Parts: sequence; structure tokens; C-alpha cells
Amino acid sequence: MLSEIMNGLRALLRHGNRNAEIAEELRSFEEASVAEKMRNGMSRETAERAVRVETGSAEAVRQKVWSAGWESVAEGLWRDVRHGMRRLIRAPGFALTAIITLALGIGANVVVFSVLNGLVLRPLGVPDPKSLYQIGRGASGGDTHAYPDYRDLRDRDTSFGGMLAYKALSAGMQIDQGTVRSWGYTTSGNYFDVLGVQPALGHFFHAADEKGLGSAPYIVLSYDFWRRQFGANPNVLGTMVKLNQHPFTVIGVAREGFRGTDVFFWPDYWMPVTNAEQVTGWSDFCCRDHYSFIVMGRLKPGVKPSQATESLNTVAAEMGRIDHKDEGLVLRLREPGPAGDENDPTKKGLLGIMLLTGLVLLAACTNLASIFAARAADRAGELAMRMAIGASRWIVFRQLLTETIIISLAGGLAGSLAARLLLGWLTTWQPFADFPVRLPVLPDAWIYAGAAALSLASGIFFGHFPARQIWRTNLVEAIKSGSAGMESFRRFALRDVLLLAQVTICTLLMTASAVAVRSMVKAMHIPLGFRPEGVTITQGDLNMAGYTGDNSLALQKHILAEAQAIPGVTEATLSDNVPFGNGGAFWFVYKWDTTEFVPAHMAFGATSFLVAPGFLQTVQMPLITGRDFTWHDDKTTPNVAIVNETFAKQLYGNESPIGKRFALWDTAKYEIVGEVANARYYSIGEKPQAMMMMPFAQGVGSYLTTNTTLAVRSVLPEEQVNAALHDLLRREAPATPFHIRRWSESIDLSLTMPRAVTLLLALMGMLAAVLAMTGIFGMASYSASKREKEQGIRIALGAEQVQVLRAALERPVLLLVFGSLLGMAGGILCSRFVSRLGVFATPSDPLVVLSVCAALLLIGVVATWIPARRTLHIDPARLLREG
Amino acid sequence: MGDKNQDLVQGTLEMLVLKTLALEPLHGYGIALRIEQISGGVFRVNPGSLLPALSRIERAGHVKSEWRASDNNRRAKYYVLTKAGRAALEQERRQWGEQIAAIHRILEA
Repeated sequence: MLSEIMNGLRALLRHGNRNAEIAEELRSFEEASVAEKMRNGMSRETAERAVRVETGSAEAVRQKVWSAGWESVAEGLWRDVRHGMRRLIRAPGFALTAIITLALGIGANVVVFSVLNGLVLRPLGVPDPKSLYQIGRGASGGDTHAYPDYRDLRDRDTSFGGMLAYKALSAGMQIDQGTVRSWGYTTSGNYFDVLGVQPALGHFFHAADEKGLGSAPYIVLSYDFWRRQFGANPNVLGTMVKLNQHPFTVIGVAREGFRGTDVFFWPDYWMPVTNAEQVTGWSDFCCRDHYSFIVMGRLKPGVKPSQATESLNTVAAEMGRIDHKDEGLVLRLREPGPAGDENDPTKKGLLGIMLLTGLVLLAACTNLASIFAARAADRAGELAMRMAIGASRWIVFRQLLTETIIISLAGGLAGSLAARLLLGWLTTWQPFADFPVRLPVLPDAWIYAGAAALSLASGIFFGHFPARQIWRTNLVEAIKSGSAGMESFRRFALRDVLLLAQVTICTLLMTASAVAVRSMVKAMHIPLGFRPEGVTITQGDLNMAGYTGDNSLALQKHILAEAQAIPGVTEATLSDNVPFGNGGAFWFVYKWDTTEFVPAHMAFGATSFLVAPGFLQTVQMPLITGRDFTWHDDKTTPNVAIVNETFAKQLYGNESPIGKRFALWDTAKYEIVGEVANARYYSIGEKPQAMMMMPFAQGVGSYLTTNTTLAVRSVLPEEQVNAALHDLLRREAPATPFHIRRWSESIDLSLTMPRAVTLLLALMGMLAAVLAMTGIFGMASYSASKREKEQGIRIALGAEQVQVLRAALERPVLLLVFGSLLGMAGGILCSRFVSRLGVFATPSDPLVVLSVCAALLLIGVVATWIPARRTLHIDPARLLREG
Repeated sequence: MGDKNQDLVQGTLEMLVLKTLALEPLHGYGIALRIEQISGGVFRVNPGSLLPALSRIERAGHVKSEWRASDNNRRAKYYVLTKAGRAALEQERRQWGEQIAAIHRILEA
């Protein structure tokens, strides 16, 4: 076998030697034969003639000897490739157009699929990601848990080999003298051990370090953060850094490439949850009401997810019997990240975009088909000639196939390279300067292989069906007319169909993308229901400084008064949290007459805010009916609430909610005193959801809050407000870390993904436009050049410019109009589909559809006009002379 | 003219070549001559089929070749049977024998 290959290679490499050897052997054979025949009495001439007759053509013998080895196949292939290359170089316009067209289609698909792969399909970068599951909550939707609940689950469950919990946090990190804003995870002690990852430097913290509140002031840096902020200093271990003024010791650096357990969010560091309270200001470690931890578990070997779910729910039921709040808790397993969430907008959006990208490829392919059809028509004469002098149809077909494959591979390669560049840029792109959101979307080897296969398949399929014409060609006619010949009518019809298909697909794509982009833009301008512009948000939890709900109110009121007194501050208000703040409280709402307060009886869930009087006015949330709270609404007066429209509608239909009542639990019953307009509370794309507000001084069911959020509206520059607020809080609540930021900043953050999706859709629409343009331009140029002679005769016979132009433009324009009408119909259907992608609700938008059509028509007319104009400069005398 | 080896049963040419080379190394024409002589002129092998066949069995490693001076003092490519070639010949001869016997039995039945 090996010698076979070696001999073949030797023969190929020393082509001439091998031929000379065959020739010499044949010659010696013939000479010996002649000598033998002469020995038997023939004359030399007779013997030589006889031998020549016996041997036949020396070339044929050589060919036969060659074809004894595999190298002849390789050689034939190589010959075809060289021939194909030569032909393509001689038609650079055709080759480039075809390659670029395919490259666009393939490139778009590589980009979108890589993004889909990187964000949704690819598992987390930890050992054995398949056995790692996130534990979600069944009924109430939110997939986060309170840390004490996690501990219960972990300690009681038996189906998991290990279970970890983490949540993201942000803090100011003081390194040496400067402070940087940093984002990290606070995790259970066993985090790294459950994942099975190893440090690059130093060591990680472990479950044993979790000895109670404040017991582990350690921090592990991410590799990137270590390089960025510590200059990859190997002596970083033991360094003291301060997170929100609290000292932590650096004990390790994670390995390069370990980016935590979220897909987009790459933490700068990890710290144990025991010490999170100092930093976040939330009692994360102990509080059973803060549902903010993501819990993941690694299944024991051999345990099926269904068994684990069952076992988890047994534990959940036990927990429900012990703690009222866990009653009716249903747990489920899901894959981590967007992949595991059926309704994840990223996943849905990307799947939809993938589908549209498929359409882009289809458009590129119809483009390709019409380019190849034009090429085949041009070459009909040449091919017919070759067949006439004895090339078999198979050989001609094989040559065309080789050309197609060369173009497909070149197109695929170009597309993949371009995609790689774009994706490389996307991977290093940081949407926010200080926020570690990244898009790990670099394609892997499988995607490249897929791209190659896809480009071959689409190239061969679409590039080749025009080549079927070879089988039908009438040689004589083709040679006589030099090109299209008798079949010109039919072939024109094929090209027309292709152009029509292309215009249709491109209109459809452009419509879909335009509708999506417009609805996105609209969504971004949808009133939030409040006005965040010019408002600075300051959030902290007095709990950190030892206050409780009962004794914090005086300080909170005092801070509010001081804030209102800052010069330049026009309005200030107080609440426990704000929309787009750091989470919000969520309660089950029951009808007034409910007696058993278990999740099964609840009416719905509602977000709640505890707000001071004047909150509505400061954030400019319009009150529809009823009254605002006053400071007299406190623990001594009856419970009152303000609800939003959705809340009112869900509980009381169209009746006015004022004076109506509802309950949260048996001792927390409320009378509604006001109704506010709906607003968005967590994300811009969210559906209207129920919300209620209670007086800050009254609390929820008599529980006052230590959470303190100041919303300050001012005309001062950002730094000045920040500095004033910072001083104020340093003075009044020195032991509590407060986080100060622009409110609009939080809202921007929530827009990252929708923005990215819209960008993708817009890019795709542009691609479709480019494809339409090149396709129409190519077709128009081609038919213009084909009709040059005819037009020349017209001009010679005295046709006016207008008439000449009309003849050139009539047909393509007709096709354009027809195609874009079809595309418009498709686009309307498609925009319904886009609206279901869940990016944003999209109303059918006739204006957009119409303007897309107009744009495409314009593109088409320009693309047709340019080649048609050339017709005007035809010199009839030259044309007719050349015949 | 006519390709005489069409008279040969398919695939036997290579066996016959191996057999002639089993006696002594020969060049191409020598092989053709030997086959023609031994078969009493029934099989005549022309270079158009012999040379490709030689190239095939050489590629298969059943023969080796070297350029030597021939009887009339010209250069000729001589083929030598290799060990593998001898084994292949034995195997083909046995198979051939079995096939012939089987065909014979069928014809006599």
C-alpha cells in the first residue's frame, strides 16, 4: 500500500522521467520484435511495418500504462483544475462576481451560526459540562434562589455530586491608591471544586472556608483581570485589595479561558458569599428573601436528569413543610445559559435570524445560478466546438464541475475569512467600557468544515443546473450562432425566473430586517412610564451598618432631607428600589377573601416598590386616579397601596380599583388609594406586568426596609452630583457602601442584547440589498451586452435615445416591479414571523414595507440604468463591421 | 490486427506473466515471445496490453524491474519475480486449477 502511494507520487513528481521510461521500454520491445521477425526471414521494412501494426499508437500505450496506477486519476484531476483556473482567470469578472456573491452568503451564515453556537449551543468552558445543570424554579418563573435555600437543597439532596451557587455583583475595587469599577461573582465556597477547575496561580477557596458570616475575606482574580489590572504580576498573591472599602486578600488567579458560569458575563473575580454582605450591602448569606443566586449542580455519575428532578422536588416538598414561603415550590433542571431557557430572547432571536440568514444564502445562490446561467450561455459555442471535435459530454461536464468547485471553495474561503475577521472583532468587543460583557463567538473547526461543505453544496447545486444545458445543446446551431442560438428564448426565461426569485427574496429580507429594526427603534423610544433622564440613583442597604427596618426610618428620612437640600438638586425621593435598579421585590397577590395563602390560590405575582411621598412626581410616573401617599401613611394607619393599570385590570377588570382591596398574606391586607400608568420595570421588551407600591413609612405588611434608594433629579454635571451624594452618605451613613450611578446607565445595560440583535438584522438587510444590487446589475449588464448588436442596428436605423433606452429597460423593470410586489407580500408574512421572534412585538408596518419596496425599485433601476446607458454610446459602424 | 489477448480469459494475463517470470527474469518482448511460444502461437500478447499489465503487477510489488543490457547488447527493462509475486502466482495457480476443475465437471455432467 505504502509503496503503491510512493511509486505513484514518484511517477507524478518525475512526470518526464516516467514517460521517457515507458517510451524506451516500448522502443526496446519493438526493436526486439523487429529483430525476431527479421530472424524469421522478413525484410526490415516489412518487419517494422508489422510491428507498428501490432503495437498501434505509442501514445495510446503510454496512456494505458499510466492508467495502471492511481496517479493517472490525480493527474487528470490536476489537469482539470489547471484548465479550470485558466478559464476563470480569463473571465475575471465572472469569477469575482460569483466568488463574492457566494462569499457574502456563506460569510453571513458563518457569522450568525458562530454567534448562535457561541452563545447558545456551546457548553460552558468547564470540565464535563454535560453533567452540569442549573436548578430553576418551576412555577414562578424566576430561576434564582435565596442562599439559605441553596444550602438546604445542597445538604438534603442526594442526586448531585456537588451543588454551587453564585451571583454577580459590582463593586469599586481599590488597588494601591486608585479605585476601578469591577464586576465579579460571589460564590459558594465549593464553587471551583464542583466545577473541577484549577488555578493558574495560587489556590482557590473551598467549602471549608465557609465558616460563617465574614469568615473568608479572599478573592480570586480572573486571568484577564489579573493581566489588565495587575500587569500579570506573579507576586500578586497575598496582595490586599479593597472592594467597596472592605479588605480582601488575593489568594489565586484563575486559568486563562475560565470565564465563570455565564455565557456573556465574564467576571473579573470570585469571592466567597460569606463576605458578600460587606460588599453588596445585601444580606446575601443569611437572608431567605433575596432570590438572587443562580444554583448549579453536577449530577452524580449514572443519575438521570429526571431522577434528579424527582429527588430535588422531594427536598422542595420537605422545605415547604418547614418554611411557609417554600410551600408549593417546584424545581426543575435546565441547561445553563440561554440554551436551557425556552423563552430566552437571545436564543429565539438568534434562531430566527439564522433562518433569515438561510434566506440570504438562498438569495446569494439564485444570484450565483443566474451568473452561471449567463456564463453557460456565453460558452455554448466553445463547449459545442469541443464536443464537436470529440470531447465527451462527461469530460465537458467534468470540466464545468471543476470550475464550479473552484469557485465554491474560493467563495467559501473568502466568506469564512471575512466572517472570521468580523467575529474576531466581535469577540474582543466590549459593549460597555467597565462591564465585562463579552461575546465568545469565534468559530471552531466544525463550523469551518460546515462552511466548506455548504459552499460546495450550494455552488454545485445552483451553479450547475444551468450546465444541464450541455445535454440538450444542438451542436450545429450553437456553433453557428456563436452563443445562445435557438434556445435563447428559453434561457432568457430561466434567467428571468432567477431574477424574479432574487428580487422576491431580497425584498422579503429587506422588509423583515427593516420591520425588525424599526420596531426595535420604536421600542427604544417607547415611553418607559417614567423619566430616568437627569436622575442619579444611589443605592445601599443600612442593614450593613447594623440598622434594622424598625430603626432605620429616621435616618432614611434625614438622608432624603439632606439630599433635597443639595444645591442644584431640583427633586429627590426615597424608595427601597427603582425600576431597572438592582432587582425588585416580588410578591404573590391574593384576592381579598382568600383564607389559605398558598401559591396555588394566588391571583398573580406582582413587583413591589416601597416609595416615599413624592416618588411618583420625582420619577414622573403619572398617577391616573386616586392620591399619592403622604408621610401620614405609616404603621399606625390602615395599609394602603397604589397599583398600576395591569394590576387593576387583572384583579378588577374594567372597574376603577380605587377603594378596592387585596391581600398578600393573612395580616397584610391592602386598600388601593391610587392607580398609576403602566411602566417597564426590568427590561424594555417586557410585557406589561402587575406592579404595586406601598408607603415607605408603612412597609410591606408592617415590615419596613433598610434598603435605601435615593433618586435625585438635578441640573448639575454628573461628577458634581456624585461628589455631593458621596459626601452626604459618607457623613450620614459612613458604614454603608452606596452605589451611585446615572439611572439611564442601568437602562442602557438592559438594552445590550436587543441592540446586538437589531444590529445583526440591519446587517442582513444591507447584505440583501447588496445581493439584489449585484444580481440585478449582473443580469442587466449581461443582457445589455447580448443585445448590443441589436441595439446598434436600431441606432443605425435612426432610433431615438429614448426608444433605445426603453428597449433596454423595459424587461428588467417589469421584472423588478413584479418581483418586489411578490417580495412585499412575502415580507408582510415574514414580518409577522419576525414579530414572533420575541425581540419586540412588531405591528404590521405598511410604511416600512412600502419604503423597502421603493428602495429596492430604486436600487434596481439604478443597477439597470448604468449598463443600459452604455447602450447609448454604441458605435453602430464598429459593431456591424465586427459582425 | 486485433487484440489477441482478448482471447485470453479475463485476468489470466497477469498470471501468465508471473509464470513466465518464475523461470527466469525476462524483458517485455521476452515475456510476450515466451507466452506465444509455450502456447504454441495460440496467445499473442501485444505491448498495448503487456506493458500496462507489467506496470500493474510491478505496482502491486509482485515483480521488480531493472534496466540491463539485452542479448543484442541494447538496453532493456528486465522483470524479476519477487517473493510476494511467487506467492501470488501460487495462489492464482491454485484458484485457477480449482476453477478449471469445476468448469470441467460442469461440462462433463
